[in-house]
Amino acid sequence: MGLLSSSVALMRYKVQGSLKEPMLDTVTDALKQNAFTEIEDEAAEKTVGWTSFQSPFKPDFDGSSFMFGTYIVFSMRIDKKSIPSKLVKKNYTEEAAKKLAETQREYLSRNEKLAIREQVLNVLSLRIPAIPSIYDAMWNYEAGMVWLFSTQKAANEEFESLFSKSFKIALIRLFPYTMAQFGCDLSESQRDALNHLSPTRFAE
Amino acid sequence: MLDISIAYNRYKFLGYEFLTWLWFLIQEDPGEIRKADPELLSLDIGNRIVLENRIGDASEVITIKGDDAGFEEGILALKKGAVVTEMNLLYKSGDYEWRFTLKGDGLTMSSLKTPDTGKVETKDDLEGAVLEKIYLREKTVNLTDSLFGQFIRLRISREWDKIMVSSIRQWIHSND
Repeated sequence: MGLLSSSVALMRYKVQGSLKEPMLDTVTDALKQNAFTEIEDEAAEKTVGWTSFQSPFKPDFDGSSFMFGTYIVFSMRIDKKSIPSKLVKKNYTEEAAKKLAETQREYLSRNEKLAIREQVLNVLSLRIPAIPSIYDAMWNYEAGMVWLFSTQKAANEEFESLFSKSFKIALIRLFPYTMAQFGCDLSESQRDALNHLSPTRFAE
Repeated sequence: MLDISIAYNRYKFLGYEFLTWLWFLIQEDPGEIRKADPELLSLDIGNRIVLENRIGDASEVITIKGDDAGFEEGILALKKGAVVTEMNLLYKSGDYEWRFTLKGDGLTMSSLKTPDTGKVETKDDLEGAVLEKIYLREKTVNLTDSLFGQFIRLRISREWDKIMVSSIRQWIHSND
């Protein structure tokens, strides 16, 4: 789901820290240095990187093309190979039978089985294309807020780690406790009271 | 501040209580919601509400869905000790309408639908469309943050135990 979709899911973050000035150059460099590159190692299971919101399959961050008004808008691309387990099982059974016939034995050792399985996975990884997924993100730099247009656990985790690696600043995921800590203008004593809360039972 | 992963699990009850309180306000005190958005026309439960009742290791999930669904089963579940874990909301402000679902544990938004916006036909339309979409989504984010702020300030005050909990209990049981 993308920023322009009619229906979206949102994970929100608070950004802790600020970028080195000039901010636009820092953003451009960080996006370029961690931009998505087509899988070089054909057996790699997954590749992750930044791409442009406007041209997700041809990243271009020149000319501050990621700026929309005061918002920084860019995307994360994850290419992932998903090998169906039934295909792995079929190829493994064939290879194991071949090995037994070659060695004229009735059983394979545990290590032999593991080696066959690994070889099957490697061969299939070369043959199966990676499926691309694009996740749009919006950074309101002035407000120190980031939205990722996905609530998928794997996408959220990849985004958090790629963001902190690229921009060298941390993201804090917003959920009830962090929203209360950072978004409700609580005093020190109110924060302390928050830490001591326990669940209410509404049923009598 | 606590470690983030510990805080997420330890305080997710705040999200469930927030949704329960919001349901109570929608039905019993909609004027209070208007404080969060002066332009608010209405805020109603949309087409889905999910409750969960944990008894020991077992968990009972009650899902009520449909545009004309009644919420009697939900109230009954509240009486039995369930909490609201997910709620779809229909938000009207000015001449426009939004729909979105809030999940209690993380207060993430999903199925967020904004009022219709113009189609992007040329490259020049793109910036306007992006800014419009962000603005429209910010309306629901701001409403949620504002309501959650109201809830949290109440939740840590003495008024919560003294007044609000008994008001919510009364509401639950007035639906007998």
